[in-house]
Amino acid sequence: MSYATVVPEFVLRQSFVELDARARAQSLMDADSWRELIGPFDRVESPWLPMQDIPPESDDGCIVLKGAIAGKPAVVIALEGKFQGGSMGEVSGAKMTAALDLAAKDSQNGKTTTAVLLLETGGVRLQEANLGLGVIAEVMASMLALREHAPVITVIAGTVGCFGGMAIAAALSSYILMTREARLGLNGPEVIEQESGIEEFDSSDRALIWAINGGEQRVGMGVADELVLDDAPTIAAALRRCLTTGLPQVHRSQQVQFYRECVAALDTLQQIDPFRLRKSWKQGTEGEVTR
Amino acid sequence: MSTKIGLRGKAWFQAFTGKNSPMAGDPGSVLTADAQLGEDMARFLCIVPNPGARFPCARRGEVGLEESYTLATRVREAIEQDKNGRKRPIVAIVDLKSQAYGRREETAAIFLACAAAADAYATARMKGHPVIALVMGNAISGGFLTHGYQANRILAFDDADVIIHAMHREAAARITLRTVAELDILGRKIALLSYDIHDYAKLGLLHKLLHVQDPDNPSKTTVSQVQKELIDAIADARAGTGDLSNRLTSEGAREMRKASLAARALMEEQWVKG
Repeated sequence: MSYATVVPEFVLRQSFVELDARARAQSLMDADSWRELIGPFDRVESPWLPMQDIPPESDDGCIVLKGAIAGKPAVVIALEGKFQGGSMGEVSGAKMTAALDLAAKDSQNGKTTTAVLLLETGGVRLQEANLGLGVIAEVMASMLALREHAPVITVIAGTVGCFGGMAIAAALSSYILMTREARLGLNGPEVIEQESGIEEFDSSDRALIWAINGGEQRVGMGVADELVLDDAPTIAAALRRCLTTGLPQVHRSQQVQFYRECVAALDTLQQIDPFRLRKSWKQGTEGEVTR
Repeated sequence: MSTKIGLRGKAWFQAFTGKNSPMAGDPGSVLTADAQLGEDMARFLCIVPNPGARFPCARRGEVGLEESYTLATRVREAIEQDKNGRKRPIVAIVDLKSQAYGRREETAAIFLACAAAADAYATARMKGHPVIALVMGNAISGGFLTHGYQANRILAFDDADVIIHAMHREAAARITLRTVAELDILGRKIALLSYDIHDYAKLGLLHKLLHVQDPDNPSKTTVSQVQKELIDAIADARAGTGDLSNRLTSEGAREMRKASLAARALMEEQWVKG
């Protein structure tokens, strides 16, 4: 019996979810191609958190690596879900926007530079409330400007998921890759329960949450592109395929007529069965887990 | 205050356009009309409450699925109609509750609907349409990201009922583990937490605050006053870039967004090295 048959496949996986944001970003770029921009030793920190007796982080939870993926120029921007829930503050937002704008500038000058966003975020950092919301609007504007020239690819791996304003931003991406553990939605289950009552959404019902927001469902219904296994080389390979494909002919957020008709066809007298949307909304091929 | 949501917006929409009903095929919650504004024919869009809406969590002036896709449709329609001609100004009248908080909405991927509307507004802006957000009520969270925040220029009424924020007071207090009173005290010290439009104006994101007499009841005088401000903002937008850089170069931003400017400068410096 060979070694490979004795050791189950999942033991050999290199979990991506267990990596921190910096290690995630590093694992996706071509070896030795990257360098970090505005690293922790530059100490560009949130000026607003110390005013509220909250310790800042020396990278503000946003890691930017410039380098190459599949030999093509790329910038990977990763949010650290373990710092303030990956939330967007003034500095993390400014880092992301600046990197997207520079990628757009290079792309316009003939050096097509793809942006990869690793999003683990609850959205606005409420301790930086109005600048948090403001920077998300700016991130969205910069993604849309870059998207005219080069792909913007979002990876949502878990465990935080991607919520709030950053879920809107994610939907502007050229491609979205998700693991089964990942979630994508505008309002988190707790927020819906709080605003609309437990009858509307029971936030303790984990199965319900993943049935609606989970990666398998989002890919299954066609609002995300590829379901990937929680394995760093697998995710890197999926990303390389997206880079090789290049820009999609039409971005999902431009498909207004199609989705308007999908919404018009919904029976709203009762809650919507998520599983049915996998048949009625899906435009392309069935979502299989990429191994 | 919540009972008034959308009513002020509707009154001004009617004053600007002479219309108060949706375009054919649109839900009752989205008003769109073209009307003369100075030398231009401008497109006005406004979200209003629709008690009979199909989606139960989007009946009180929330931005839900139908609202978002309708905004996207109507903005893209203007882009398409003007593709070979003068780009008409697009005015988003903002007086909305927030995004819709419902399970139906989450199941049907409301984040994508919001993105479709924001994409349409930003596309209009990038193609040369002057896009103006006119905030006269609440502009909260995902609702504002969907309808208004991609504008070239943001104008707001100088009025206590005007609130631009990431989350309404009670929820923000709960999530940051504070009382509403504590949050208000902090807001007085830290402008970006404040619910006062004067503090928002300090951040440099706003183009101008408008002092309007009796904002709930537009009169001939105040309508022409606001129209003139819109015309000025449109001219300013046409003279500027099609991006949002004005939010970083404004006087307020130079004072309040020093960290943004420092991060940006450093990123530009390090990007080209090596």
